[in-house]
Amino acid sequence: MNATVITGVGVLAPSGIGTEAYWRSTMGGELHVSPIEAFDASGYDTCIAGQVHGFRVEDYIDNRLAVQTDRWTQMALAATELALTDAGYDVAGQDQYDIGVAFGSGSGGVEFGQREIQALWAQGRRAVSAYQSIAWFYAANTGQVSIRHGTKGPSSVVVTDGAGGLDSVGQARRSIRRGTSVMLVGGTEAPLCPYSLACQSASGRMTTSRDPRGGYKPFDVEANGYAPGEGGAVLVLEDAAEAKGRGTARVYAEVAGYAATHDAHHLWRPAEDSTQLTRCMRLAIEDAGLSPEAVDLVLADGAGSPDLDALEVRAIRDTFGPRAESVPVTAPQGLIGRLCAGGSALNLVVGVLAMRDGVVPAVGNLTNPVPTYGLDFVREPRRMPVDVVLVTARGYGGFNSSIVLRRPSEEMS
Amino acid sequence: MTRRGRASVITGVGVVAPGGNGCKEFWQLITSGRTATRRISFFDPEPFRSQIAAECDFDPLAAGLTPQEIHRNDRFIQFALVAASEAVADSGLELTKGSVDHNRLAVAMGSAVGATTRLEDEYVALSDGGRKWLVDPRYASRFLYEALVPSSMAAEVAIRFGANGPAAVISTGCTSGIDAVGYAHQLVEDGDADVVIAGASDAPISPITMACFDAIKATSARNSDPAHASRPFDATRDGFVMGEGAAVLVVEDAEHARRRGAHVYCTITGYANRCNAFHMTGLRPDGAEMAEAISRALGQARMRAEDISYVNAHGSGTRQNDVHETAAFKRSLGEHAYQVPVSSIKSMVGHSLGAIGAIELAACALAIENGVVPPTANYEQPDPLCDLDYVPRTARDQAVDVVLSVGSGFGGFQSAILLAKPGWSR
Repeated sequence: MNATVITGVGVLAPSGIGTEAYWRSTMGGELHVSPIEAFDASGYDTCIAGQVHGFRVEDYIDNRLAVQTDRWTQMALAATELALTDAGYDVAGQDQYDIGVAFGSGSGGVEFGQREIQALWAQGRRAVSAYQSIAWFYAANTGQVSIRHGTKGPSSVVVTDGAGGLDSVGQARRSIRRGTSVMLVGGTEAPLCPYSLACQSASGRMTTSRDPRGGYKPFDVEANGYAPGEGGAVLVLEDAAEAKGRGTARVYAEVAGYAATHDAHHLWRPAEDSTQLTRCMRLAIEDAGLSPEAVDLVLADGAGSPDLDALEVRAIRDTFGPRAESVPVTAPQGLIGRLCAGGSALNLVVGVLAMRDGVVPAVGNLTNPVPTYGLDFVREPRRMPVDVVLVTARGYGGFNSSIVLRRPSEEMS
Repeated sequence: MTRRGRASVITGVGVVAPGGNGCKEFWQLITSGRTATRRISFFDPEPFRSQIAAECDFDPLAAGLTPQEIHRNDRFIQFALVAASEAVADSGLELTKGSVDHNRLAVAMGSAVGATTRLEDEYVALSDGGRKWLVDPRYASRFLYEALVPSSMAAEVAIRFGANGPAAVISTGCTSGIDAVGYAHQLVEDGDADVVIAGASDAPISPITMACFDAIKATSARNSDPAHASRPFDATRDGFVMGEGAAVLVVEDAEHARRRGAHVYCTITGYANRCNAFHMTGLRPDGAEMAEAISRALGQARMRAEDISYVNAHGSGTRQNDVHETAAFKRSLGEHAYQVPVSSIKSMVGHSLGAIGAIELAACALAIENGVVPPTANYEQPDPLCDLDYVPRTARDQAVDVVLSVGSGFGGFQSAILLAKPGWSR
């Protein structure tokens, strides 16, 4: 079986645009959840979020394309640009059919959609934009990136709520194993318009804290729901032999294992036990041909509510057995909010950067871990060798997904 | 590269479609050449350029859903649950009696626009009829998050059938249905599932959807004659007719199906998708990328163009699609393109965006099963740019051994999938 490797990453996060800015901020533990600025959210139960500041759309795309796209697509185009640059990969001159795009998507171009529905109801159908049909739907990012970069290979849009960033990688790996050389994967989200926030509030899973510091606190005794956020990451995935053949500057990591399961229990109540989440973690580790002992670091989903956090802790305990209390666990997303499919894509970047630099960021916004959890939560940036990382994400309704990243072998890099 | 993974077969079919619910009524409609397109009845269509659609006469309670399921779910998920129930029952899988390991039961459902209808309805309420940009969250329905994320469909299906394997919604616009079934096929090939509840659903007949296609004149304005408005490949075609519905197929590992003695409709022998990297809505007339998808699917299946006995076309009825597609068939199938019957059931059930790819695959499975090729209704006047055998108006009795079904969608997606009669060999 041909190996799949990560050769480029592009980040657009509330804590920084570009990998190094994001990483510096994450290591510094800077909180980037703040009161929502795009509109007056004071009437909402949730009014804080992780917002991407300083994103200059015109730095990445021209105005003609900007008016056709929602913010989530603009972010995907920008993150793709950054990832391809990082990979040193130029699509021009390559076989276009050999490159595909598979992105996760949570909620699509809702802000664009809200604006056009309002135009329809307030002014009539002639006021509706000619771009509504291509800007709102969930495939907009995959289509626009494919057009912009001339990729004609197998492409997909995987919708599994917050697990989507990982599932896009799982899907892309199927394409690479079937002979495609390069896949662009990951995802972005921009769900901070008035209507989208109302939709998210309905889930009852978001924090009602008005104080950003008191909001999203994964694994904390004061965990009380999550703050939403925007942004995400795009990664360049390649067939290992092809990447080497083109003389890639670097191979960050191998996508060694992947698995997905579903709780199939209840739409909004958490599963009664962690059976399926545990099975997901174990299957991903098995898929990598490893045993849990080989895992150096766990990047947790860190839902930030007591019931879901407890379930994840239980799954980690069941997966790692006696070693559970000594395997480092982190969830830096506490600093920026939950970015749905974009968030799980971003945690893959955390995994590869931890591997690259041999340093692991702390759990974001964690003040007092629930004592009974008994895991080795990373509280300060920790220097340690990282060769194998387990990344886990969940999606609303019972989706579980895990990926195992492994340091590339000598022959891959 | 071709793969020699596990083979996947279709062992159950369920349909919710315009003109009749359930497989039987659906098959009767599409082989009779009758059409289910009509003037829109869900809302007053007068302000719209296109005022016609293929609507489902769907009663969710009568179809077996509980009041709670109906209350919390948009119509597209209601369709999906009903179609999935029919498909699972049809497959003979006894889910509560251990005829499948629930950890190896997966869900792959496609949708192009998800809960767009409910999202529009709720927005109108929250914004006081669209008057306000800032909505009043206090009026939000408890189930708005489920509407916001179309992944809810996969979750609902997984929960209903106790599917603990991988579950996902595939949302590649108008190729979602084929791509979801293609994904299911890959899950089986790769050994990640034994059985996949796979299909697609969309319920997009709403003011905003009609308005957004009005804005680009993609839909038919033949308002004076709704029954004959969907005219794929006909020289007088003027756009697609909006539709709605769902189809679900039980995609199963062939060995698993054989062991339990399941009835097999057909084998999935090849699947490929490509992008045109050209334009979000436009198509180049040469059909190169769709042709590439078809050739790749044939390569995987180790089949030749001459093996194909029926082509189920995308045939949306827009000026450019039908030319694009005709060119793609000629490019990939050569001379055989002129011999093989090609038809579009969108002439009868409209274009239900992401759902239609799965509905068309249900039609293909039934065509193989029954030895009948459904026609292209309303095809009367040949277009010199579309010069193949489009099976005009009347179904054709013939052996159907191998079927090619294709889809094309906004974003540039081009998908092709091949089905073969069980035990087929050249």
